[in-house]
Amino acid sequence: MSNLAVAVQDLSKKYGDTFAVSHANFEVPMGTVCGFVGPNGSGKTTTIRMLLGLISPTGGSGEILGHSIKHPEKYLASVGAMIEGPAFYPALTGRENLNVLATLGNYGTDHVQSLLERVGLGDRGNSKYKTYSLGMKQRLGIAAALLPSPKLLILDEPTNGLDPEGIQEIRDLLKSLAQEGTTVFVSSHLLSELELISQHLVMLRKGKVLFAGKIEDLFLAQQPFILVKTPNESDLLKISEIAVAAGHKSTIRSGVAHIEGPAEWAAELNKSAFAAGITLSQLSPMLPSLEETFFEMTGDSE
Amino acid sequence: MIRVFKAEWRKLRRPTLFLGTLLASAGLTGLVTSLLFLLIDSPQGNSDRGNMVSREILQLPSGLTIGFSNAAGLLGIVALCVFAAQTAQEYTYGTLRNLLVRQPRRMQLLLGKYVSMASFAVVMVILAAAVSMSLAFGLSGKAKVETDAWVTSDALQELAKTFGNVLLSVIAFGTVGMILGLLLRSPISSISLGVIWLLIVENILIAVKASLGKWMPGNLMSTIATGGTSEVSYTHAISFTAIYLVVGALIVSTLFKRRDVSN
Repeated sequence: MSNLAVAVQDLSKKYGDTFAVSHANFEVPMGTVCGFVGPNGSGKTTTIRMLLGLISPTGGSGEILGHSIKHPEKYLASVGAMIEGPAFYPALTGRENLNVLATLGNYGTDHVQSLLERVGLGDRGNSKYKTYSLGMKQRLGIAAALLPSPKLLILDEPTNGLDPEGIQEIRDLLKSLAQEGTTVFVSSHLLSELELISQHLVMLRKGKVLFAGKIEDLFLAQQPFILVKTPNESDLLKISEIAVAAGHKSTIRSGVAHIEGPAEWAAELNKSAFAAGITLSQLSPMLPSLEETFFEMTGDSE
Repeated sequence: MIRVFKAEWRKLRRPTLFLGTLLASAGLTGLVTSLLFLLIDSPQGNSDRGNMVSREILQLPSGLTIGFSNAAGLLGIVALCVFAAQTAQEYTYGTLRNLLVRQPRRMQLLLGKYVSMASFAVVMVILAAAVSMSLAFGLSGKAKVETDAWVTSDALQELAKTFGNVLLSVIAFGTVGMILGLLLRSPISSISLGVIWLLIVENILIAVKASLGKWMPGNLMSTIATGGTSEVSYTHAISFTAIYLVVGALIVSTLFKRRDVSN
């Protein structure tokens, strides 16, 4: 069997004249956490729906756990999924909702309670779904996705509606699932949310895959910079001259000099500024966020 | 398919739906049967559309189940609402995507849902029959109707025949509900359209031109329950109901199999 949990080639979905997903190519190795990131409307959910057999691709192909996405019945028993938020029967309790899906998937209802406990709903399983908060609904959706003890877990925006504590809990849960060998493919519109847990990233924008690969590749591309502030703004020009003379690019924006250079050069700059009689009020070596690096790489500043 | 059947029953047995539907069925059948006996001497009639069912007819072996078969149309409407709501709500709640991830064979999902709802209709019809017959026995004394013929083997045969016909009729109404639910993907729209057509539009059309009754699906399905009428034979009713339902089922099952699930 292939060591890829997901592999898509030229996968496309067209509605009328518009491509929701256009010739997407990416792979997700087994046993990893792969972030699927892109702004709202970029085609993440459409891609996930195609992977789960809910909508038919207009073109291209894909494989999940070694089986073609044309035959979802061959792999869905090993896949857990939550697509576009949780959806359950409001008049049933959380436990009953899970029982419906467990019966349908032939997973047995014995481990429903342990799943409810795992997502922090152990004491609310007997409450009706319609009484749940958004965060609780989200947790129930994750519990439902875990019903088959999946080899591949596909989660679409799982932290929507969760408070910071809840987000942290979901992160920990995903990490522990990955440690147990589950491949996690998790989408979000926030790269910052995924960079903490993912080993791989697939980045989508306007239906096109802009980046697919290891997150280290993005880290390696990060350009460090130094932020410099002076009490007297006119001194910033002199600071820039010092930086350029040392071979570093410098720009001044909103009363701050942004100098491209490694953190180690900050001490050198401080010395040079002192020698030139300039007092510094701030000297901060920084790394751009992955999001900034990504847009830098793709030349997309939108 | 058995998994789909069992999963669907987990939803169908929730008290508000299960008890509510059974109470409605029992109530409607009880009302129709009670009026049949209590208004036996009323000049306005004691059956639907002011028809008169006389004491002599009620004393026949088939008299025991007349109230039950007269209520079939109303039971059918209840079944239509249940089938339509249970099907269309999967779209409005967005739960269809969960179901399809756990059972990607769409036709099996559809068939399992249908069989479970049909079995729900069986429970409904059994209860309605029991309520109607109990009331018939209970009210026969007050209405001065002799019941000797109701406890013969002929009566048992009539009961089996009427039960089968009413069940067929109710399941046919339910099938219409499921077809509408799949087509319109909204419980409110599918129930409104079904009920308005069956209770209002068909009756207006038949009142304007009586011969149209031979072709109206609601009238045909009600005719199945009564075992045929002087205007529409049982065979005609069964044949054309089957044609309507098979065509409808083919259209919606093809749509269900091919349509993207994107809500």
